[in-house]
Amino acid sequence: MQRFLPIVLIALMLALVAVVRPVAAQDLAATLSGLTDADPKPAIAALNQSGDDKAKAALAALAAGNLYIRISDNAVVIGEKDGEMVVVTNAATGDVEDMLKPEELQAIAVPDDAKSLLGVAAADTQSGPVDFNTAIEGLKADSFADKAKAIAALTALGDARAVPAFQALAAGRLFTRKSDSALVIGAASGNDVALTNAATGEPLGIVAPGEIDPLFVNNNLRNVLREAVGRLGLGSSDPAVRRSAAAALLENPAPEAVALLREAHDKEQNAGVKSVMALSLAATELSDPDKSKRILAIQTLSGAAELRVRSLLQARLSLETDTEVKAALVKAFDRMQTKITLYSYAENFVQGISLGSVLLLAAVGLAITFGVMGVINMAHGEMIMLGAYSAYVTQEIFRALLPPGWIGAYLLAALPVAFLVAAIVGVAIERGIIRFLYGRPLETMLATWGVSLCLQQAVRSIFGATNKEVANPGWMTGAIEVAGGLAVTWNRVYIIIFCFAVLGLIALILKRTSFGLHMRAVTQNRQMAAVMGIPTARVDAMTFALGSGIAGMAGVALSQIGNVSPNLGTIYIVDSFLVVVFGGVGSLMGTLVGALTLGVVNKILEPVAGAVLGKVVVLVCIILFIQKRPRGLFAAKGRSADA
Amino acid sequence: MSKFMRTMAVAGAMLGAVAAGTGAQAQDTIKVGVLHSLSGTMAISETTLKDTVLMMVDDLNKKGGLLGKKVEAVVVDPASNWPLFAEKARELISKEKVSVVFGCWTSVSRKSVLPVFEELNSMLFYPVQYEGEESSKNVFYTGAAPNQQAIPAVEYLMSKDGGEVKRWVLAGTDYVYPRTTNKILEAFLKAKGVKQEDIMINYTPFGHSDWQTIVADIKKFGSAGKKTAVVSTINGDANVPFYKELANAGIKASDIPVVAFSVGEEELAGIDTKNLVGHLAAWNYFQSVKGPVNDGFIKQWKTFIKDPKRVTNDPMEATYIGFKMWAQAVAQAGTTNVDAVRQAMYGQKVKAPSGFTAVMNTNHHLSKPVLIGEIRPDGMFNIVWQTKGPVKADAWSKYIPESAKLTADWTFPWVCGNCEKPKYAALAN
Repeated sequence: MQRFLPIVLIALMLALVAVVRPVAAQDLAATLSGLTDADPKPAIAALNQSGDDKAKAALAALAAGNLYIRISDNAVVIGEKDGEMVVVTNAATGDVEDMLKPEELQAIAVPDDAKSLLGVAAADTQSGPVDFNTAIEGLKADSFADKAKAIAALTALGDARAVPAFQALAAGRLFTRKSDSALVIGAASGNDVALTNAATGEPLGIVAPGEIDPLFVNNNLRNVLREAVGRLGLGSSDPAVRRSAAAALLENPAPEAVALLREAHDKEQNAGVKSVMALSLAATELSDPDKSKRILAIQTLSGAAELRVRSLLQARLSLETDTEVKAALVKAFDRMQTKITLYSYAENFVQGISLGSVLLLAAVGLAITFGVMGVINMAHGEMIMLGAYSAYVTQEIFRALLPPGWIGAYLLAALPVAFLVAAIVGVAIERGIIRFLYGRPLETMLATWGVSLCLQQAVRSIFGATNKEVANPGWMTGAIEVAGGLAVTWNRVYIIIFCFAVLGLIALILKRTSFGLHMRAVTQNRQMAAVMGIPTARVDAMTFALGSGIAGMAGVALSQIGNVSPNLGTIYIVDSFLVVVFGGVGSLMGTLVGALTLGVVNKILEPVAGAVLGKVVVLVCIILFIQKRPRGLFAAKGRSADA
Repeated sequence: MSKFMRTMAVAGAMLGAVAAGTGAQAQDTIKVGVLHSLSGTMAISETTLKDTVLMMVDDLNKKGGLLGKKVEAVVVDPASNWPLFAEKARELISKEKVSVVFGCWTSVSRKSVLPVFEELNSMLFYPVQYEGEESSKNVFYTGAAPNQQAIPAVEYLMSKDGGEVKRWVLAGTDYVYPRTTNKILEAFLKAKGVKQEDIMINYTPFGHSDWQTIVADIKKFGSAGKKTAVVSTINGDANVPFYKELANAGIKASDIPVVAFSVGEEELAGIDTKNLVGHLAAWNYFQSVKGPVNDGFIKQWKTFIKDPKRVTNDPMEATYIGFKMWAQAVAQAGTTNVDAVRQAMYGQKVKAPSGFTAVMNTNHHLSKPVLIGEIRPDGMFNIVWQTKGPVKADAWSKYIPESAKLTADWTFPWVCGNCEKPKYAALAN
């Protein structure tokens, strides 16, 4: 309880002062006016000592920010908001005097150094021993400062029962029930909320969200809570809780937790948890007064590559005075730095592959329509957009009709839906417009551009111009931490896998099915294919459907990393054409290599040149490359190659 | 779409005239121009503001109109195309003869219409937070200037409640608003003793969708042993992938908070906010403000738009304030004459949904409160800090040396938007 030590000392000191200068009842008013001094500490201490109810009320009001100076006569008053007016009570007499407008009062502010004193004072006014059940009620307090006090009180009790309440509070899942203002933890259950008692953990049934009021915290309190959870969770019987508790202490190393941590570390059986505890222990020992302990801690920490550990070492480096320890720190830091630099190269590469796979997904449908059929389809981006909206609609249907457990599966259901929607629209465009324009690329381009504007505006009229929320299912959120600092987010991992699956599927269709055979035949020589009895018009429509459908599926995937808005397609259309042209028109392999190359080059350039300049450089490089090799990386034969 | 609506409006007006017979004067309406993009990139944000103006017009007409006349909204669609904004503005003023225009979102669209409004001496109400460094006689700026949004947000993060941030990432979209705001912020931070190596500035193109590198960079920058925060002037569509990447990369608000100036309720509606709880936004209004004016505003909006799920946001509130002030000024001046209304605008007060009274100053900017909110799991904001009262907007920032000297005041003896001395100093003495 090292943290409270200075406060207790100050309180004791001031208590001495107060004994020398006792407060008589009649000069309560004079003492109260002392609160407005530049240093109100003596006045607070004096009030605290007096034991008078009115003094306690004044202190409580001061702590809550309700103590004011009445501007008209400089009297110290307690104000209570009532609508737009403030009900004013004389702090010295306890009489309700009048109702004033807020501007007729001036709030008495408490300097930071006196706040802690006020905390002690306020705690004193709650008579009797604090037990768990009353302490947890303190979390209902309105102000962040009062909540912090309640958290500190609960942590001091050392009762692990507070952990779920703390975690819920930090996550915004702690509520008060409106009917009886009981403190409850809520978990989403469909559109309703399943409640459990915050103190006992017993289930309290399911209620509508309107029946509970959430309790709010700010970022400061979240950190306090995390540290508290860390300290309380160390004694849990669940290894996962102990692990997260130890990890929380690594994030916020608290010197007062050392003893607790060491005890837990010595008792720990699970090797994985033990290593995390060892790290946390070392982190807390970084500021140990004993030099040898500090060096030992540094050596333990230097084995890790977590950015968090590096930041701890760096912070210590600026504080450290001992040269020997400093040298050890610098050494550990260098060792870690090389590791981190290595990881950052790996990271750039992985990110490049991930960006490449997004580009590939967006472009692969185009590779079929533009690359194989030679149709410049400016509405390709809108096929992606339609796919994303299909995902949105599927999600809404799942939310409305199926039990909450099924929601994670909507994405899988959305894939065929998106394929069908985009394919049908694609066929409609091909049959309705493009087939009349074969061999007239300029007209095709203009017509499809018009179609793209129509589709955008249609979606805007149906769904509205604002973004639609497409949630990541649980299995796609978060990241896998490969090693310190090198993390790949799950949604990107799935997109990489999905993208290669799609590519494999297309290759299979092209090489192993009769439709694929027909398609390749029509691409290579339309007249000859027609002579051989292939229905070229139908093959055209089917090919366009395939390309559009795949764009639709890409839309489902892209909805997981970006916006779902009517403008979605315009973001990807330019990049898609870039990939196809760079990779080589008509070659799937070219599209694959082109997309991945562009992705990796982009990501290598970005940290060096910045996102804006990086894009410019890539574009210039592609222009130069096309000058040298007009047919792209993998020049292929096809209808467009003949042109 | 807009053309259709305009045709409908004209047709409606004609029908109305016919129905009312010869006695009614078809000309007798006050026309209000609405210059917001209804298609293209900015439609996502601006469509809502068009609806807000229509709501206000509807409300005013229900209450008996203005100066005994009906108010009629003329809606045009500049289609997120900056030069088209100027063209459409000219059309509204010269052809449609509107008395006032509510419009524009991006600074570049405002800069594009500015010469038109000045040339034709018309009046524009601009409802979006912007970079400041401007004051035109023909524009009333009802959005926040940097000292009403950016500076207080940074001050909050520097305070104990905000986490005593020592290292700053200024991330923005690459155009005039983020660049100017970041210039002001950089000067401000340096004035507060923040060193150059503790400031990282990053710009990305419009609609940037791959945030992996930048988020990883932020993570690295934030792990240097000092409390770090991101000040985001990222605009429009790029926000969704940015926040998604942030959430998935596991950057929690309690580690590295992000305070955004362009992300409000409307933008959050497109994001799953469960993983963003605690990130911040600074505005002059949040839907979660408690008070009778705001309750009325929210109810009015939901009834008008016929969708209980729609949210209100800061630029909508700014539109609301602007429209009310204009209506009051017209009523006070007894005419829609631009010069008379302008004079009547100064000192105009409106009880704003933010719970405070907004006042129009002679620099054509408002005095408004500053609120800082944390994102809640339900996509609303939990107000964690607010100014004690309204803050007066500085048209010219005092943190940029060349603009610190400038004054904007359109009343005697100054009568100018950017001068170092009053224009009529001699007369004043």
